Amino acid sequence: MPDTDAQAADINLDGVFRDSGVGEVLEGLDRELIGLAPVKSRIHDISALLLVDKLRQQVGLSSDAPTLHMCFTGNPGTGKTTVALRMAEILRHLGYVRKGHLVAVTRDDLVGQYIGHTAPKTREVLKRAMGGVLFIDEAYYLCRPENERDYGQEAIEILLQVMENQREDLVVILAGYKDRMEQFFRSNPGLSSRIAHHIDFPDYSPSELFAIARLMLERMQYQLSPDAELAFREYIERRRVQAHFANARSIRNALDRARLRQASRLFGQRGVNLCRDDLMTIESADIRASRVFLDPSGTDSP
Amino acid sequence: MRLTQGTFSFLPDLTDDQIRAQIEYCLQHGWAVSIEYTDDPHPRNTYWEMFGMPMFDIKDAAGILAALRDCRTTFPNQYIKMNAFDSTRGRESMRLSFIVGRPKDEPGFGLVREEGAGRRVHYTVRAYVTDRPEGERY
Repeated sequence: MPDTDAQAADINLDGVFRDSGVGEVLEGLDRELIGLAPVKSRIHDISALLLVDKLRQQVGLSSDAPTLHMCFTGNPGTGKTTVALRMAEILRHLGYVRKGHLVAVTRDDLVGQYIGHTAPKTREVLKRAMGGVLFIDEAYYLCRPENERDYGQEAIEILLQVMENQREDLVVILAGYKDRMEQFFRSNPGLSSRIAHHIDFPDYSPSELFAIARLMLERMQYQLSPDAELAFREYIERRRVQAHFANARSIRNALDRARLRQASRLFGQRGVNLCRDDLMTIESADIRASRVFLDPSGTDSP
Repeated sequence: MRLTQGTFSFLPDLTDDQIRAQIEYCLQHGWAVSIEYTDDPHPRNTYWEMFGMPMFDIKDAAGILAALRDCRTTFPNQYIKMNAFDSTRGRESMRLSFIVGRPKDEPGFGLVREEGAGRRVHYTVRAYVTDRPEGERY
């Protein structure tokens, strides 16, 4: 345990790091989330800051409770909710959040439909999120300036108050598209000033998408035949440029459809004896049957 | 006459920190905490008015204390109690119930005698405050 004597020079950073158990969560983050290099580096920085802050407290140096509210920007399927969940775990291990549960909401969970409806609704959500992390997806929808009967501003005001006065009870993470979030912050400077960390989630590259697919298949205990691997790489290249591509989510959907086709194929071969490998392997035909390969104009969804 | 119903009722009033510690204990065991209030202190009045739904989905004491604060501002001069319900199979009953708020004056109870058949006397208690209608008692 670290020395609380201010004269002693050996402040045991390693000891505190080990005791907090944060190392395993950070390693899990590095291992299970593909790519996202800027995100991971920022999370490591935040963890280091919080650890050093803890040490300063123990040695008797002053340390204000750091502002932990964050904003995640990026396209759908880039891992914002997943990282928010890991963030909640990390904060709990470091002792900055008491329970570490994640409450994920959108505008509809916070804003009411009639006068007087918004405040109790928002307060209920905040009550549930106390001791953990509140994740607000598509946060810019809270503010609809063109509709004067919109009660989103009330919700924002309640949020602002809680984000400032109950910092030790709750951490708020906003998420959404980058340009719309910037617009939202311009019209709500109070909110922007309370956010300490703006983290951007870049789109995945094709090789990262393939690595994600590999990880998902491993977890589902499936494997791709060598031909299927080539087919899937081609599938990724084609699908990325088509409409409504949602990164990791689209990959998961594609794999689910491939499993569907594999199951139909196996069912069609009912006379043939199957072995364990057959049940696990996805063949190239299962992937090439997708509409992504048929439609040259790239407007159809697969 | 200080009401001595429920757990901790013979102790002085619990501070907010002590209430928080009790709530944490309940949440650790996975019990659902709820808040009730009343202005009728009779010992047989078991079902008080509910203040909101039982908070089975709140994981932290801060949220429950916020609800308690709301109850105290809405009913500053009534009895408020906090219950913890255990929903495990075979139990499905209240585990903890303690008073967290009291009115300033508690007049207490009087004895009521009723003479029945054969000059038998039936005894019961009545709360002095119930002479007045609901809402005007405290």
